[in-house]
Amino acid sequence: MIGIVSYGTYIPRFRIKVEEIARIWNEDANAIKQNLGVFEKAVPDVDEDTATMAVEAGREAISRVRIRPEKIGAVFVGSESHPYAVKPTATIVGEALGIGNYYFSADLEFACKAATAGIQICYAMVKAGMIEYGFSIGSDIAQARPGDALEYTAGAGAVAILVGKDPIAEIEATVSYTSDTPDFWRRDLQPYPSHGGRFTGSPAYFRHIVSAAKKLMEDFGYSAKDFDFAVFHQPNAKFPQRVAYMLGFNEEKIAEGMLVKVVGNTYSASSLLGLCGILDKAMPDQRILLVSFGSGAGSDAFAIRVTEKILDYPRNRRVWDKVKNCVYIDYALYLKHRRMIK
Amino acid sequence: MKVAIIGVGTTEFGELWDKSFRSLFLSAGLSALEDAGISGKEIEAIYIGNMSAGKFVDQEHIAALIADHAGLAEFGIPAIRVENADASGGSAFRQAYMAVASGMHDIVIAAGIEKVSDANDPMEVLSSAIDQEWERFIGANLPAIYAIIARLHMHKFGTKEEDFAMIAVKNHKNAVHNPKAQFRKEISVEDVMNSPYVAEPLKVLDCAPLSDGASAVILANEEIAKRLCDTPVYVKACTQASDYFSIQNRRDILTFEAVVKASRRAYKISKIEPKDINIAEVHDSFTIAELIAYEDLGFAKKGEGAKLIREGETEIGGRIPVNTSGGLKACGHAVGATGIRQIVDLVIQLRGEAGKRQVNAENALALNIGGSGATAVVSILSR
Amino acid sequence: MVPRIWRRIRYRYNVIASYCESCGSYYYPQREICPKCRRKGIVKETEMDSEGTVLSYTVVNGRKIALIEFKNGTRMLAEVCGDIEIGCRVKKAFRRYGEDGEAGIIYYGTKFVPIN
Repeated sequence: MIGIVSYGTYIPRFRIKVEEIARIWNEDANAIKQNLGVFEKAVPDVDEDTATMAVEAGREAISRVRIRPEKIGAVFVGSESHPYAVKPTATIVGEALGIGNYYFSADLEFACKAATAGIQICYAMVKAGMIEYGFSIGSDIAQARPGDALEYTAGAGAVAILVGKDPIAEIEATVSYTSDTPDFWRRDLQPYPSHGGRFTGSPAYFRHIVSAAKKLMEDFGYSAKDFDFAVFHQPNAKFPQRVAYMLGFNEEKIAEGMLVKVVGNTYSASSLLGLCGILDKAMPDQRILLVSFGSGAGSDAFAIRVTEKILDYPRNRRVWDKVKNCVYIDYALYLKHRRMIK
Repeated sequence: MKVAIIGVGTTEFGELWDKSFRSLFLSAGLSALEDAGISGKEIEAIYIGNMSAGKFVDQEHIAALIADHAGLAEFGIPAIRVENADASGGSAFRQAYMAVASGMHDIVIAAGIEKVSDANDPMEVLSSAIDQEWERFIGANLPAIYAIIARLHMHKFGTKEEDFAMIAVKNHKNAVHNPKAQFRKEISVEDVMNSPYVAEPLKVLDCAPLSDGASAVILANEEIAKRLCDTPVYVKACTQASDYFSIQNRRDILTFEAVVKASRRAYKISKIEPKDINIAEVHDSFTIAELIAYEDLGFAKKGEGAKLIREGETEIGGRIPVNTSGGLKACGHAVGATGIRQIVDLVIQLRGEAGKRQVNAENALALNIGGSGATAVVSILSR
Repeated sequence: MVPRIWRRIRYRYNVIASYCESCGSYYYPQREICPKCRRKGIVKETEMDSEGTVLSYTVVNGRKIALIEFKNGTRMLAEVCGDIEIGCRVKKAFRRYGEDGEAGIIYYGTKFVPIN
């Protein structure tokens, strides 16, 4: 059995409310909250970045299991906001986690699904017997052009998933659906991403998630009722609600994963953060459908079955509780924290 | 061999825009020679305290440069620069003292020079006196280190920010009568308390300014001193000690071990006790440093430094006047020159030439500290 | 600057101190020789606790710098992010300490945050 052996999350302490952003651009906060289902988003401290958050998430994952860091054979970090365009975040993380020098490593980019791609790679390496454990970390300080609609949801956070044998949650199956769909992109040297507006919906988010999910269910004989929980990539609260409905899942099945409401879209950490919210509560034999979405575009679908081992796993620092500890800031501090003003 | 100071000279300290690094020393050196009544050809060696001509004005190898521009190039004497951050002056003095005490040389100059105002940010340069890797890197500078010490002193002993302020007020008051001081105006405790924080709890007026300046003293052995000089001042002891470099490694950050070691040894060698010291120039790079110096030098018990300033004991007229020249705070802190300037001011006092700030003194003590206390030089002078 | 920063990466990312097996003393920052034992000392590296107590602190250039004490008495100067007072408990955090300009390398290291 191969799957998730440990998980760690990190959400920065600061928050900015939709009202505060709307105040700057003279927009209707209530309408926006209605439209997006998001109320506030996480903002990093001025000295945090993708690497620092990835390290904190990785440290939490390691602290919850008795595994010597040197036994981790691979580190992949997926992000759209790596601190360097050239020089991998993964080596900074590997050094800080004390993994030594003998590990496979690379940074990944596939918009918001880079880290779930990393999980697939780690899974394959463990299955092939190349490594005992592999880390896939999704970490982002989500970028959005000031004044653009995305500004209300572009949050910050990191999730670290340690893959190996004897898991607390088994990866029963995984399938990906990929196509060349330019729904959301950022050209080299451009400071902010661009997107196709409504084009990001049906031909992008929905097509890829539904296609991947359906293929998973077809190939491996699942139907919606086989899953106790479902978690999808969360660019806002509405898209995952709608795709859940399209796939036959009700509100209840996705509720535990909907962290977007309080921290915003954490890009590469988004669907994984939802997964962690669910893992905090799930019981042995319960099954989770995880489908990520990365613009450009693709979806990774996973069928994850919680094992008995989760009962011995320390789940005392729940994600939903951690995110309650927060400090609200105004737009000027928000700009300073994101290093947009110096 | 007994060593005496036969001549002293100093420039004023301040922002001396018209003086370059190399021209700065001239007047101090010439005054010292004149004061000693010698022409200059008698000088056998020159020891120059300077913290960082390299960072301030991009110039290294400054001992030879200064010896040249002081008019000594024809004699080709040994010239050496001594560096111990802002204890460079005191350290140069000690090297000069040892040269004469050992009989190696008969007459030498100990000088101190610093030109800070050509640099964009003098405090940046001074902060290279603390641990670059482990203190500077994490965001501390020199004021921050002293501030951390100050806050703990307040927490542990009940010292108040007002106590620090009183020290600054005292030193400014003293400097009114010092023609060479940078600041010759009185300030009030309220002025200090209202000045902005540099590193909490230390405020602008708790910190000595960084200044341009140069000072020089001429040392000779007893025999020559008696021949040339009516009022030789004898160096009864000149000691130096070092300590762990970073405050992370100090046993007790409220005690400057180097000061304690150097002063104990100086008291022992000179057979003079703290209670016999009539006047002192101490290293008030920050007001907290002067307060802790009261304790480490044995003028007050550990933790009771504030008592001394509250009761006026260190004012002119008090039991142990400290920094009658104005100290680093009001004279100005010309980094490498400070240690020598302290000697100059004590010699003037011991000779009875201090005018309105005169104190009746027989035994004087100078304390020069480097950086956050990793170096300390203590000199005891007597008539 | 690059080699100087690189040489210390290990010691900044995690709080690595020195332990002298001959006399049982701890030293932070890491050092090669024990000041008590000198040549007789056997100095090994050891990682400090991830939590400590604030001994004293200051605010300079907009940053909070604190002297933190670990259980074994070792002390460390570090930046602290958050509200602290003397005696409060703090835990380590991995943060950016600076950069060599916009095009230069980024310096990462250990800061501390108050334990809530």
